[in-house]
Amino acid sequence: MSNKMHIKLNVNGKDEEFLAEPRELLIYTLRERLNITGPHIGCETSHCGACTVTIDGKSVKACTVFVAQASGKEVTTIEGIGGPDDLHPLQNAFKEHHGLQCGYCTPGMITRATKLLEEIPNPTEEEIRFGMAGNICRCTGYQNIVKSIQAAAAEMSAAKEAAE
Amino acid sequence: MKDEVTSREERVENLKGMGCSRKRVEDARFTQGKGNYVDDIKLDGMLFGDFVRSPYAHARIKNIDTAAALEVPGVLAVLTAADLEPLGLHWMPTLAGDKQMVLADGKVLFQGQEVAFVVAEDRYAAADGIELVEVEYEELPVIVDPFDSLKSDVVLREDLVGEGGALPDGAHGPRKHHNHIFTWEAGDKMPTEEVIANAEVVATESMYYHRTHPCPLETCGCVASMDKVNGKLTLWGTFQAPHAIRTVVSLISGIEEHNIRVISPDIGGGFGNKVGAYPGYVCSVVASIVTGKPVKWIEDRMDNLMTTAFARDYHMTGKISATKEGKITGLHCHVTADHGGFDACADPTKFPAGFMNICTGSYDIPTAYLEVDGVYTNKAPGGVSYRCSFRVTEAVYFIERMIEVLAIELNMDAAELRRINFIKKEQFPYKAALGWEYDSGDYHTAWDKALTTVDYDGLRAEQAQRIEDFKAGKTRKLMGIGLSFFTEIVGAGPVKNCDILGLGMFDSCEIRIHPTGSAIARLGTISQGQGHATTFAQILASEIGLPADSITIEEGDTDTAPYGLGTYGSRSTPVAGAATAMAGRKIRAKAQMIAAYLLEVHDNDVEFDVDRFVVKGAPERFKTMKEIAFAAYNQAIPGIEPGLEAVSYYDPPNMTYPFGAYVCVMDIDVDTGVPEIRRFYALDDCGTRINPMIIEGQVHGGLTEALAVALGQEIAYDDMGNVKTGTLMDFFLPTAWEVPNYETDYTVTPSPHHPIGAKGVGESPHVGGVPCFSNAVQDAFRPFGNRHTNMPHDHWRIWRTANELGLHD
Repeated sequence: MSNKMHIKLNVNGKDEEFLAEPRELLIYTLRERLNITGPHIGCETSHCGACTVTIDGKSVKACTVFVAQASGKEVTTIEGIGGPDDLHPLQNAFKEHHGLQCGYCTPGMITRATKLLEEIPNPTEEEIRFGMAGNICRCTGYQNIVKSIQAAAAEMSAAKEAAE
Repeated sequence: MKDEVTSREERVENLKGMGCSRKRVEDARFTQGKGNYVDDIKLDGMLFGDFVRSPYAHARIKNIDTAAALEVPGVLAVLTAADLEPLGLHWMPTLAGDKQMVLADGKVLFQGQEVAFVVAEDRYAAADGIELVEVEYEELPVIVDPFDSLKSDVVLREDLVGEGGALPDGAHGPRKHHNHIFTWEAGDKMPTEEVIANAEVVATESMYYHRTHPCPLETCGCVASMDKVNGKLTLWGTFQAPHAIRTVVSLISGIEEHNIRVISPDIGGGFGNKVGAYPGYVCSVVASIVTGKPVKWIEDRMDNLMTTAFARDYHMTGKISATKEGKITGLHCHVTADHGGFDACADPTKFPAGFMNICTGSYDIPTAYLEVDGVYTNKAPGGVSYRCSFRVTEAVYFIERMIEVLAIELNMDAAELRRINFIKKEQFPYKAALGWEYDSGDYHTAWDKALTTVDYDGLRAEQAQRIEDFKAGKTRKLMGIGLSFFTEIVGAGPVKNCDILGLGMFDSCEIRIHPTGSAIARLGTISQGQGHATTFAQILASEIGLPADSITIEEGDTDTAPYGLGTYGSRSTPVAGAATAMAGRKIRAKAQMIAAYLLEVHDNDVEFDVDRFVVKGAPERFKTMKEIAFAAYNQAIPGIEPGLEAVSYYDPPNMTYPFGAYVCVMDIDVDTGVPEIRRFYALDDCGTRINPMIIEGQVHGGLTEALAVALGQEIAYDDMGNVKTGTLMDFFLPTAWEVPNYETDYTVTPSPHHPIGAKGVGESPHVGGVPCFSNAVQDAFRPFGNRHTNMPHDHWRIWRTANELGLHD
């Protein structure tokens, strides 16, 4: 196949450059080409949100986006949100409030929640439930996910107030 | 250590043992995207395999042409049944004693059936190859209804019909028709029929528990790697029973079991989907042998919903008899079970309908009879236990609907009808009419607590007012009060009557204590989100007096873990949890001897106290478990081997019988058919509680899967055998938006035969939840003449019920 496209994008702060077929999906790029396996594949139809990443500040389902569409853009996955030495408040809160069980939806769930809390820093329960409705969890029944996001929101707001 | 000042309470707290809401040790990796699921595994030179699947539900295969596919760059091989036949692998045994095609052998029996396996360098090349495999089909008549199937001249399984149409016995005895699989009975037919014939009151109802699917967020998959140099096969996969898979692979491939290593890495939910053995596993192994390279196979969502592991699909007819006062006298149940094209149900061998014979429920029913007919149709094989012990959801749904129908017949309150028929506390252990011996229960206490908490009488008064308002045109919303009381049967099971493919359903735990007082324990089970690494360490902490934080739990690697039958049917805590406690007690027994030696007293003069052995009557003289662990490795103790290890294989003497009382309050808009769950109260009694936080999480999740099944989730077929719900666009998985907040509660009635009294909880909320949601919908329409409507109660069906009852007139 000689119809490869020249792709340049930034993933979790690192510049990446390669040739890819036009049909290559972003989730494939991340998982197979770049070994970034935090985003998962759950449905391949944009319904479950296990593959959720952030592209230029927006929550996007990487299973239904061509990598070409992300060219020239900044992509953030769970790996770019926090690690062992700098956990994001959401990562702590999900553990503290039992917001996960099998863990398969968790990277997408937390990645989406980071954007939700940017969009609405102090969301109501209804806003959380609506804002997270693009991410399916089969294990938790969502109650503790809502609790985790509420707790992280409170912590982040308190930290912001303290800083101001 | 002698100057220790911590109090006993602090020492207990430091252990993080049983009863505390210990945070999960699994979560660090999952929240940071560092889980290791099967699709995350990458090996040098790894290939990717995927299936050509049948578009037809019933067809003969005239020809398969793979030439064009093999021309695709990156495609290395295309396997068909003809390639597998010389190896004897074109068919494989099922868990139910039937056999199943690995790749279509002359015909296909359901839409999506595996026809050819394309092996390529990556997924895109495999997909390109699949497009170019030319399969010539000749369509055959399609049967999607089991009642039609039993009347049809069309033979679905020619391989099971002898010369002149003779019908050889199946795995479970004589067959009545060429599309019939088995008849299975429990209880006493004649006495039951006699009781019902002479009863004061009889309620009869037919109900269909629709076909659905466990649909974990991670689909099934595997990576097979045959190392031809040392003759070892390693198979990573989404296996709920890794040891059983190893034995099955050995039996069907001929590779000696010690040369097979099966590894279940992190599993993204199972719910029963990942118990069975699927053609993808076999094809990956063969492809790895053929190509000499590792081969990965991962289902996509459509593959998953269409082919692996449906659940339910039971057509149930019941008769329940009672006195005029409502005392139940007899129960009769007939099931026509749709098993699809192959009987691949995942049940213990002697139970082709699972534990459907728990269908007398929580009630003292003196006489009962159950008959189940298994039937072949042109639908996918499966029949797994979707978040339940074998067919217990079907059994509990059946009895909880029959109770409601009987209440209508008696013009009686359904809560009161339950109360006067519950098995009484003093009747345990209770021998049920269909054979099981319930270990323990206190149903009246649980029921009263539930009804009091929700103010049941108040709810009924509110409902009566609502009906008046509705009739007066003041509201278009009805109110439903859903009740359910369930008894599960979990923890399979005693080897005397429970086996899968001849493998007894015991389980195991092996513990090694390290010199500095930490430990590793390995089990025959495998977590899929239940948090075993957290809770089993808590059991051990309480048993051996080392902190849970110092105990690593490892599962899923057959080269290191002791043999066990895996995780499903809520068996991990009842069976492997018991093995863990028993192995811990062996450690403690040896530790006692070491402590006595170190303290220079007789073995019987020391006793265990939280995290140490103390000299009786002299609590200032003690040895901590940490000190004892070190002594086990550095002291030459006469008559005692060095080291501190133990293993236990636990064969449970009985099942465990968790129970619970659920109440759902629902508002239903009769014009849109939309139900709004206003309140859901769940009281669970799972015996001894190991980690309340995790129990609550399991209850939330199980209830949500129950909500899904009751209110919309189904695998539906059209008359041509086309799957109508093959993607998440059509297959209902609730989001945060549809799901309510749940109130959880509990009572504690320990299992008398389990070492720590635990009964298992992961599946209870699903088992009890489905009838509770369904009963709420049906209860809303009861005052207008509704008796029974089938699930799933999606908006359209609810609207239709309202319409049929004249509520739109």
